[in-house]
Amino acid sequence: MNRFRTHTGLVAPLDRSNIDTDQIIPKQFLKRIERSGFGQFLFYDWRHGSSGEIEPEFVLNQARYQSTSILVTGKNFGCGSSREHAVWALSDFGFRVVLAPSFADIFANNAAKNGLLTVALSPGQVTELVRRAREGEPYRLTIDLEQQKVSDAQGFSAEFQMDNFVRHCLLEGLDHIGLTLEHEEEIARYEARHPLPSRIRIAFHR
Amino acid sequence: MSRKRTLFEKLWDDHLVWQNQDEVALLYIDLHLVHEVTSPQAFDGLRANRRRVRQPLRTVATVDHNVPTTPRGLPISDPIALRQIEALEQNAKEFGVPLFDIGADEQGIVHVIGPELGLTQPGMTIVCGDSHTSTHGAFGALAFGIGTSEVEHVLATQCLPQKKPKSMLLEIRGALGEGVTAKDLALGIIRQIGTDGATGYVIEYGGEVVRALSIEARMTLCNMSIEAGARAGMIAPDGKTIAYLEGRRFAPQDDEWQQAIERWRHLPSDPGAGYDKVVEIDAGQLSPFVTWGTNPAMVVEVTGRVPELSTFSTQSERRSAERMLEYMALEPGKRVQDIAIDRVFIGSCTNSRLEDLRAAARIAKGYRVHSKVRAMVVPGSQAVKRAAEREGLDRIFLQAGFEWRESGCSMCLGMNPDILEPGERCASTSNRNFEGRQGRGGRTHLVNPMMAAAAAIAGHFTDIRNWHFH
Repeated sequence: MNRFRTHTGLVAPLDRSNIDTDQIIPKQFLKRIERSGFGQFLFYDWRHGSSGEIEPEFVLNQARYQSTSILVTGKNFGCGSSREHAVWALSDFGFRVVLAPSFADIFANNAAKNGLLTVALSPGQVTELVRRAREGEPYRLTIDLEQQKVSDAQGFSAEFQMDNFVRHCLLEGLDHIGLTLEHEEEIARYEARHPLPSRIRIAFHR
Repeated sequence: MSRKRTLFEKLWDDHLVWQNQDEVALLYIDLHLVHEVTSPQAFDGLRANRRRVRQPLRTVATVDHNVPTTPRGLPISDPIALRQIEALEQNAKEFGVPLFDIGADEQGIVHVIGPELGLTQPGMTIVCGDSHTSTHGAFGALAFGIGTSEVEHVLATQCLPQKKPKSMLLEIRGALGEGVTAKDLALGIIRQIGTDGATGYVIEYGGEVVRALSIEARMTLCNMSIEAGARAGMIAPDGKTIAYLEGRRFAPQDDEWQQAIERWRHLPSDPGAGYDKVVEIDAGQLSPFVTWGTNPAMVVEVTGRVPELSTFSTQSERRSAERMLEYMALEPGKRVQDIAIDRVFIGSCTNSRLEDLRAAARIAKGYRVHSKVRAMVVPGSQAVKRAAEREGLDRIFLQAGFEWRESGCSMCLGMNPDILEPGERCASTSNRNFEGRQGRGGRTHLVNPMMAAAAAIAGHFTDIRNWHFH
């Protein structure tokens, strides 16, 4: 996984709550067996009309939000299905950070495993960022994971909380599986105390 | 040990492989269920890093998400779905993982076959690359959904690093009224606490209502824990749990069975154990419900009306409700029983087990599906299908004009050809009414199986408490 230290980028506001993973990536695009190439399907049904044409009104299709890498959105982002494809689609589309008042558990876990930073801010702070992203010039934010701070050049500054383990893994770009395998001895000890029940082996060979 | 612990805490402690100052714990996973959609990239990751599956026999695979529900002899017409199904077959073979493939007698929705095979047992940790893994909590297991990276993690290590979630007791008092099922209980809970009301928590469902529920009904309740944002939902094992599991293929036998029962006896929460949060639900206040919006908290009584916008307290809630009503093509104030439907789906890991099909068949018996409605019944597994056929439920459905199909996830998420056309309105026993979930532009109303069957016959929602049974 790539390290995440600090990121500065343009902001896209998607001011809706409870955006579920079915919206982030509709199910018809889950049949690929690769991790790559999902960006083209991000928010597909919102970005496209029923015959596949571009919906010019949708925020990510507007000229001013091209090349954005930070998504600001409503509470409970990523609820619903566990599909990691939602994270792959956001990353592949170019997003590095999602800011929201709250995230669904599985989505946040999936994001952490892929170097996509999820930052929870207060609803008031998110509303303010949405306002700033909609007004004036293309709006730029800096997210500093080491300092746990979100800031812009116009005086906005907010600190955020983050799970220490997740933060450490992101900062160092650590391979989670590799970290667990460092505990081989403990795992083997646990397995010695909890062997596979004999019934399982027998029943599979029935 | 003198500290009073909850069911969840006991399972957590029992599965600790390692922990670091309470910040992160490495949990051992007893059972890993695998399906075709969220696993191919995980197996690829193993290959890329030259890793093996650590415990192939603690891993069980089946195909459910994208399999067609047409007769099994027919070819799979979707080439990409076929590629995924074949990839799972190949991966299972290469890594030595047991697979119940599309032609197997054991095939079915992963959350239906785990319990019916006796793989799901009290006291276990169970994961699957599917959010409805919470279903298995009905047995007093700690069961939760994971993403593909975590699937790879469990394949490689049989462990998962986890931060300890908080605990919530959902104490359900009173009794369920006539026509009110575990599905309505789940919808009522989500209405009360919201779709993120349990985010960060493991729910334990308790109270006399839960004790009175059958094991299958408990699965329906735990299944929808994720729709309230919960990490998992659990119910303490009891005599019903033991009776359900006894004699099942993968359940312990003989001496091991007696030892298992003894172990399970210690699992229920100690009297006086503390929870981070306690929520009370009065079951007597619940009705057969219908969802009107595009998330499962948007619930109204079948005798009710689509809410007026003025009932929403904040501007953002009003805006969101407006958007939902537009998508659902509903006007505020419309009577729920005046909403006409085009399609009915009886199935999904929420409501596709034998009791669900029996309940729906009891409604359907002697009636005909409305001429403007297409209704399908999709049993949760091949075993459910066979059991239903032994009881003649298939004939009741077929005579009434319902389609009787092969097992799979089907129209719950529409990854196979079973989808809604744009604008079609469906009474569905599934778990999510998200925009486009059952097909782009499709409009989903979540209901219990009896409500779905009755709507198929009436052509619109109707109160099953007034149903005339044949």
